[in-house]
Amino acid sequence: MTLQVRLSHRFAGFALDVDFQAPPGLTVLFGPSGSGKTTVVNAVAGLLRPDSGRIAVGDWVLLDSAARRALPPHRRRLGYVFQEGRLFPHLSVRQNLLYGRWFAPRGAPGPDLSRVVDLLGIGPLLNRRPGALSGGEKSRVAIGRALLAAPRLILADEPLAALDEARKAEILPYFERLRDEGGVPILYVSHATTEVARLATTVVALRAGRVIAAGPPGQVLGDAGAMGSETASVLSARVAAHDDDGLTRLETAGGAVFVARLAAAPGTGLRLRVGSRDVILSRTRPEGISALNILQGHIVDIAPEDGPNVQVSLALGPDRLTARITRRSATQMALAPGQLCYAILKTVAVAPEDLGLALPAGQGTRL
Amino acid sequence: MTGAWATSLGPAEWQAVRLSLQVGLVATLASLPLGVLVAYALARWSFPGKQVLNGIVHLPLILPPVVTGYLLLVFFGRRGPAGQFLDQWFGIVLSFRWTGAALAAAIMAFPLMVRAIRLAVEAVDPKLEQAASTLGANPVMVFLTVTFPLILPGVIAGAILAFAKAIGEFGATITFVSNIPGQTQTLPSAIYAFLQVPGGEGAAARLVMISIAIAMTALLLSEYVARRVARRVSGA
Repeated sequence: MTLQVRLSHRFAGFALDVDFQAPPGLTVLFGPSGSGKTTVVNAVAGLLRPDSGRIAVGDWVLLDSAARRALPPHRRRLGYVFQEGRLFPHLSVRQNLLYGRWFAPRGAPGPDLSRVVDLLGIGPLLNRRPGALSGGEKSRVAIGRALLAAPRLILADEPLAALDEARKAEILPYFERLRDEGGVPILYVSHATTEVARLATTVVALRAGRVIAAGPPGQVLGDAGAMGSETASVLSARVAAHDDDGLTRLETAGGAVFVARLAAAPGTGLRLRVGSRDVILSRTRPEGISALNILQGHIVDIAPEDGPNVQVSLALGPDRLTARITRRSATQMALAPGQLCYAILKTVAVAPEDLGLALPAGQGTRL
Repeated sequence: MTGAWATSLGPAEWQAVRLSLQVGLVATLASLPLGVLVAYALARWSFPGKQVLNGIVHLPLILPPVVTGYLLLVFFGRRGPAGQFLDQWFGIVLSFRWTGAALAAAIMAFPLMVRAIRLAVEAVDPKLEQAASTLGANPVMVFLTVTFPLILPGVIAGAILAFAKAIGEFGATITFVSNIPGQTQTLPSAIYAFLQVPGGEGAAARLVMISIAIAMTALLLSEYVARRVARRVSGA
């Protein structure tokens, strides 16, 4: 099912005007704070009534201001994972989890309690009160509560923002599983590129209340207009071998990439996220340097940016790798489209592409 | 010891104690649903006339009780517009009856009840109610399953305060329903009456002790419940 959102809404000093589609999978609403992400999600949830617009999941219309139709929140069949969890303090974890189930239509398709409890590893918490949970535990219970409402659409508003890195790494895989096995579209708000690269099927980039870019993460993350200085590339890779010295060799269209040993079987598909600032370019194959990860590709585009930098895109098979270098370097190297070029990757972040991978936390490894 | 002391209460004194408890209980329980509604409305809704409603609710706290009693007499007396209506259509007579005492007590206690409940409503994070609505609860279910359980300790505290106030109400009661033994003579009016007759000091003193005991118990109980509010809302 595809989620269609068209909204316009005026606040004092802020205008929101968005129109986008979220195909099945996980769509990240991406943008800096104040760009209108939460407003969009609240409008989809029915917690905010926009001035005008239309919101539909498949052919099920949640809001159509032209037809004067606006379902109240409790009839929208959502699972909303809030940033602060918003667990009910007077109910046990079990009662929190089952809260939405009470109101879901009988026989609505959805996971049962034991499956969700297993998925999220919250079995030992069931009889506790939310006040006795850690931040990560609260997040997992909040996710479980949304799932058990048998939703037709899952909304998540920066569900990881309040967590430290270790807790984020603990929760991220659950969203990956949801994306890969849930079948329910997920609209996920974030301003973190790492989450975008790991989770997104589709990215909708917002800036000041408008959609400035939308599409697959590889495309949007490399878009300097959308990302500013945070541009990154997403490469597809496959686990080739686990070497004896503790490294795992990944095969990409531009050559081999080595990362710290991954707990993934050879043949497993992965996503690599490479920040554009973390790429060094060379016209000749560099030798005598410590970097292991050197990919080769042809320059397809050199896009000037504001300021002293340019963004150079290399084609690596079907993927694009962007490097952010100074205009001076580009001129000195006489870079031009069509040239063969070598990219030295300073940092690579690995994210699983398929479900069910037990990956070590915090995969940003310098190699 | 208390037992032996209590048996020394005369029938008139007992009657005053029983009547007070009855008036206090009826006044509190009958006004509680309205108290919750008004507290919720004042805490959450914005509507025209909100400040007027707030003022009317709090007026009995500030007005001399005699004025409140006089106004009750004017409106709910046999000849008053409300009194005539209740008498003709429902056969309810309030003036000079214990039901009138309960009405006076309820009105005098209402501001205390509303203030306690309103504080509890304001302590409930509306985001929790929003979360409940996204999970499929309609507004009534949101109130019953989230708001009400969270404000329940505040409601209990408000009810206890109101009960203590209702039992001790004197000025409005004696103005509205007079001081008729067995009918409208509650604890304070009985104490007042005993003090007017020679040799009544002993009975008055016993009733004073009982008043103090009831008031202290109510206060301690309400403190205890209020402390549980914090624990409950923090969810520990």
